[in-house]
Amino acid sequence: MSGTHHHDAHAGSDADMALRTRALESLLVEKGLITTDVIDAVVHTYEQDIGPLNGAKVVARAWVDAAYRQRLLADGTAAVAELGFSGAQGADIVILENTASVHNVVVCTLCSCYPWPVLGLPPAWYKSYAYRSRLVREPRTVLREFGLDLPESIEVRVWDSNSDIRYMVLPERPAGTEHLREDELVPLVTRDAMIGTALVSANRA
Amino acid sequence: MNGIHDMGGMHGFGAVEREADEPVFHRGWEGRVFAMRVVTPVPIPGGARNNIETMDPLHYLRSSYYEKWLHARVKGLIDSGVLTAEELQAREALYRDRPDTPVPRRSDPERAQAVLANLRTHRSPRRAVDAMPQFDLGDPVRVRNLHPPGHTRLPRYVRGKRGEVVRFYGFQDVQDAQPPGVAVEPQAVYAVRFAASELWGDAAEANSTVCIDMWESYLEPLEELSE
Repeated sequence: MSGTHHHDAHAGSDADMALRTRALESLLVEKGLITTDVIDAVVHTYEQDIGPLNGAKVVARAWVDAAYRQRLLADGTAAVAELGFSGAQGADIVILENTASVHNVVVCTLCSCYPWPVLGLPPAWYKSYAYRSRLVREPRTVLREFGLDLPESIEVRVWDSNSDIRYMVLPERPAGTEHLREDELVPLVTRDAMIGTALVSANRA
Repeated sequence: MNGIHDMGGMHGFGAVEREADEPVFHRGWEGRVFAMRVVTPVPIPGGARNNIETMDPLHYLRSSYYEKWLHARVKGLIDSGVLTAEELQAREALYRDRPDTPVPRRSDPERAQAVLANLRTHRSPRRAVDAMPQFDLGDPVRVRNLHPPGHTRLPRYVRGKRGEVVRFYGFQDVQDAQPPGVAVEPQAVYAVRFAASELWGDAAEANSTVCIDMWESYLEPLEELSE
């Protein structure tokens, strides 16, 4: 998806792609290179198990546990693995801490690199040509389109994810959540806040 | 390569369109393509990204994300001799003419477990090498003005620009395409921070910076250039 859903703009139609995909799967199964249960299980895993809830648990833990926060910022991969999250596209996870003076936001201008173990697969807009081309050049304008208008006193720091390092943002804990427990904080943490295109709000619906 | 995929800084792609309650996969075939690319144990000659980056630019722009993945996987399997274009065409014809033909199903629970476990395992990209990084945190650097024709992780918008080393990520394998038979040692990788004004001049937005990961061979010390 080039970020839009104008399917008529595609090189091949959905029907063509579905056909080619069936043909390819059929041949690969016949040749013994893949088995159907693996394909089913991988699809299921990324649809159901590996998603932004993982990252939200990491963030909530970091908010309530200062020692964990320290470990997370020092070695993101190891600290994330403490909660059971690791794997493909997360071999070297670096956590970017938002502060009162720095707001971090992540993009991959060359393709769509994204930290799968903590955020799952990226949304279409993250892969869109518009986001990939614009964020590095006009981050404040893009963030405003997302509804995030940051004052000029805060540095907007864009991270272009072009190596095997995978970045996730540790958003600031919002005021008014001091009384909440870790498990009550988790649902407040959105995917977009961990990419850096949103803040965490104390009263998420 | 200076390809269409190197999009940082380009104009003309419009607003970032977002979709509420977006599914992980919009179509069933997308999930199958994703999974086949992730688990098929056949390395893609030149790499999957190279196969995407070398697509005809119009084809690239018009193709959806998973269309590109499918293209890269098919090309890789043909290039590596696992299947032929004729085989694939014949199988497509079969499913077009007889849509009720089922896709063969096979299962191997033990192998499935192993593949899934492997997907949840990470292998650090940082290599143990007997070498010292050339740059320290805080060092001013300039990005070399390189235009390699093959795959590179050096986007156009930072070439020739001055920045500051802000993080060191150890030594990592070089991902850039090399001439046949040429092996390169792992290199130090750094995050380098650029002021927006250095990248975009007068068009830069206030108080903003861009950090990007740089292999050491992309960089030169800034002092060298001050004459």
